[in-house]
Amino acid sequence: MSQEELESFRVDTRAWLENHCPPEMREPVRDEDDIYWGGRNAKFKNAAQQAWFEACRDKGYTVPAWPKEYGGAGLSPAQAKILREEMNRIGARSPLSSFGIWMLGPALLQFGTDNQKERFLNEIARGEIRWCQGYSEPGAGSDLVSLQTFGEDQGNHWIVNGQKIWTSYADKADWIFCLVRTDKNDRYRGITFMLFDMESEGVSTKPIKLISGNSPFCETFFDNVNVPKFYGEDIPAQVGTVNRGWDVAKYLLGHEREMISGADNSERGSAIGAVLSRQMGGLDPIFRAEIAQFDVDALAYSAMGEKFLDEVKVGKAHPAQPNMMKYAGTELNKRRHELMMAAGGSQSLEWDSDDTRGGKPARDWLRTKANSIEGGTSEVMLNVIAKRILDLPGA
Amino acid sequence: MPLYYNDDQTMLADTAAQFVGEAGSIANQLRRIRADDALDGFDPELWKRFAELGFTGILVSEADGGLGMGHVEAGIVLEEIGRNLTPSPFLTSGVVAASALAEGGDDLRGRWLPGLVSGDAVYAVAIDEGAKHRPEKIAARAEKAGNGFRLSGTKDFVLHGASADMLIVAARTSGSDTDSDGVTIFAVPRDAAGMEHDPVRLVDGSMATHTRFEGVELDGDAVIGEVDGGRAILDKMLRAGRVGVAAEGVGVARGAMDMTVDYLKQRKQFGRLIGEFQALQHRAAHLYSEVEIARAAAIKAAQLLDAASDQAEIMASVAKAKAGKAAGLAVREGVQMHGGIGMTDEYDIGLFMKRERALAEFMGDGFYHTGRVADLTGY
Repeated sequence: MSQEELESFRVDTRAWLENHCPPEMREPVRDEDDIYWGGRNAKFKNAAQQAWFEACRDKGYTVPAWPKEYGGAGLSPAQAKILREEMNRIGARSPLSSFGIWMLGPALLQFGTDNQKERFLNEIARGEIRWCQGYSEPGAGSDLVSLQTFGEDQGNHWIVNGQKIWTSYADKADWIFCLVRTDKNDRYRGITFMLFDMESEGVSTKPIKLISGNSPFCETFFDNVNVPKFYGEDIPAQVGTVNRGWDVAKYLLGHEREMISGADNSERGSAIGAVLSRQMGGLDPIFRAEIAQFDVDALAYSAMGEKFLDEVKVGKAHPAQPNMMKYAGTELNKRRHELMMAAGGSQSLEWDSDDTRGGKPARDWLRTKANSIEGGTSEVMLNVIAKRILDLPGA
Repeated sequence: MPLYYNDDQTMLADTAAQFVGEAGSIANQLRRIRADDALDGFDPELWKRFAELGFTGILVSEADGGLGMGHVEAGIVLEEIGRNLTPSPFLTSGVVAASALAEGGDDLRGRWLPGLVSGDAVYAVAIDEGAKHRPEKIAARAEKAGNGFRLSGTKDFVLHGASADMLIVAARTSGSDTDSDGVTIFAVPRDAAGMEHDPVRLVDGSMATHTRFEGVELDGDAVIGEVDGGRAILDKMLRAGRVGVAAEGVGVARGAMDMTVDYLKQRKQFGRLIGEFQALQHRAAHLYSEVEIARAAAIKAAQLLDAASDQAEIMASVAKAKAGKAAGLAVREGVQMHGGIGMTDEYDIGLFMKRERALAEFMGDGFYHTGRVADLTGY
């Protein structure tokens, strides 16, 4: 697409956003229910949220870069970047947040059958089904491949038994994409990437209360869950081949790390000094210096995020680069919240006051501590960089 | 504009990597020049070869005989210069001086640019006064005298000033030392009477001068741009220089990192390669992450400068500060991970440490630019 066509796309996009993004949807996300996740039991917080979601859904902008046949808008990488820039420019919220969009979708686009894509991708794009991810287990965290949840082959179905942990929003999800061992004799080639309904008999969830006081994660239990092998013609219950789910899982971890890295999140790379200085009515010199050091790193990271996304789109990025982004992005985010807590002083300690909207600074600060653990710890990221990018010897 | 090299830039990067990596290598240039005690810390023959490849005219407009390219392209060459520790006047002449001269009138450009493009001339830049980069304060004075000026004052950290055919000097023509207005940029020819160089060898083998101007008589046509209106030109030189040093610093960081990672794959202790130790793997991986981020910042700053964006000023300081952090980490980790051999003059890693230290000071150190980021973003 020529530069001229891109410019005209920018003009059109700007006009479309102006007409369709309600002013309320240009305010920063303040509370959990400002984020719309979709799904069978979804409720809109208000009319603006609904109008914005529906406008985007109808335009294909819940998943702008996906093909039109699967509910997307079929935008080229350059167009998608322009849409993102224009949304950032007016502070437009994401119309639909979903593990289906971030994770399962990319896996299906890469490994799914035509009919799987037709059904599941459209459901995701339209916000009809909310997905959760069943990866970690109590005994399989950083060492994910040692997972034990087992699917016993019963001919036309599997009987799944086991336990997952850190399943994000499992209690609110409709379906799960889940790593299930289907061959106990092969660590890597004995795992199947299965899709099934969370309403199936034998599935139960239990929220885990975190140090932030919130419970975004669950324990998920499978007790003789019957998973049919097909949901229709050419719609197998597994993505990819049986016993080769690790390939899908690895591919997906790249996407998860990219997401957690905040590479496409304009806030992650933004400078905070000016805001904190206003909040505190000036900064002590040593605190100012510390914040300025942070801002240099944050602004540099935002350039890295832009470069990374540009390179991913044209296949120039090193395949292990999401690990570097995840490492740097999450460590940066932890620093950001340490500084914000310090800026808030004793007020940021308040746990449930109205002034802090229910202890948001403290709870957000505590939540960031999981950033460098979930989706692969910083230590695992450094291992992967050392091995796959720097090609250092040994384990 | 995507934040990676386009096809032409990729080609230039390949050419630069090959040429500078060979002709400008540590063995062929830095060590040889050091051993020969060459006049001003660089090899004029190599500068001629830069000209043959067009490098010297990257930032010179096509109308003036150059290639009319931008700071991204200059950064590509600088990254290779950094990686190979190539002693070269490219940054001062080809980037900073070229940025100033572009603001001059026809006569001035006609007098100085052909020599730059052909590689026959080398220009130096005289901005700093004192040991730290504080260009907000310009105390060197140029008083009106007849049709021209009489320049007095002292400049420091003038890289290869002693062999430069011309010095670009920031001096005050009105107001007090810290006024923003009242600065004028002069092109001072090498044979100007009353200019005295006190050459000093720096830690990295490069040569600089303390240059004293004692009533140096200058014609009116030595002025670049407007009298008293030089601050904008000075700022332009500084942006170009800072973004340029950032690119060179990234090159130093990458060179030191690559060398160190190679060493981790060769050196055995306790019966195994030291690169197998997780304590070292994690430090190397962290370094990689920092260097990648610094590189993105440097390229972004160059792109913004080429696009004349109002964000270029902030990003130039971000890039200079971040490149300094990454390069500093790279050389310190490099020497430490090399162990004893890293302390020897025979081994190259120490040369990276010395160059990094010199680059850290040039055009403002990390503290200066970190403070600038705070100033420019409003706190």
